[in-house]
Amino acid sequence: MVKRVVVGAHYGLKDWLAQRITAVVMALYIAAFAGILLICPPQGHEGWRALFQNQFMRIATFVFFISLFWHAWIGVRDIFMDYIQPTSIRLAAEVVAVLVLVAYTGWAIQILWSL
Amino acid sequence: MMSARTRPKYLDLARIRLPVPGFVSILHRISGAALFLFAGVLLYLFQLSVQSAESYEHFRALAGHWFVKLFLTGMLWALLHHFFAGMRFLLLDIHVLGDLRQARATSWIVLAASLALTVVLGACIW
Repeated sequence: MVKRVVVGAHYGLKDWLAQRITAVVMALYIAAFAGILLICPPQGHEGWRALFQNQFMRIATFVFFISLFWHAWIGVRDIFMDYIQPTSIRLAAEVVAVLVLVAYTGWAIQILWSL
Repeated sequence: MMSARTRPKYLDLARIRLPVPGFVSILHRISGAALFLFAGVLLYLFQLSVQSAESYEHFRALAGHWFVKLFLTGMLWALLHHFFAGMRFLLLDIHVLGDLRQARATSWIVLAASLALTVVLGACIW
């Protein structure tokens, strides 16, 4: 019988693929963002704020943050799987990482939609 | 041949000499971990910069401190290295530039490009 560990790998292509897809999404956002900064750099606080008040930019930034946190989860989980061997400690670390990333997601939404 | 169980471990980190691609790989992990650890600080700084005119001034005052500049420069390098090394891994995934000579060359390019851009963009911070 295969020994399954609750904090082990889930033997999936899904996470591997999600890490790559979120990476591409972030790369596209960063390239577009760098382009905006080069072509028409926002002036002062008003310009900087207006950039993210634009509905398209707000949504794109939101998608960027979701990709970032999802990507970070997979990366951090990989690190925990490599270096934290005891199941209980690894599970605790994974739970903390997930909670932190979910909290960041809520925080990012609050920042973007309170502009 | 020794069995896997009795085989001695040789993990003296100070004496392990990684090949360049291995060096880029471990830096990709370290930079990713650093970005995760300080993501909250970066999100907070982003919030200050967009929230209001007062918070923007607070952000500018904070960003004027040498220690914050140093921190941001470090984060900039971590982001750039993670970005370029990540691009390289994506290419390797689709079997581009994967033979040994190319893998070494692209590793040097990743190291050089992220350091060079850190200097160029870091100059804007300082």
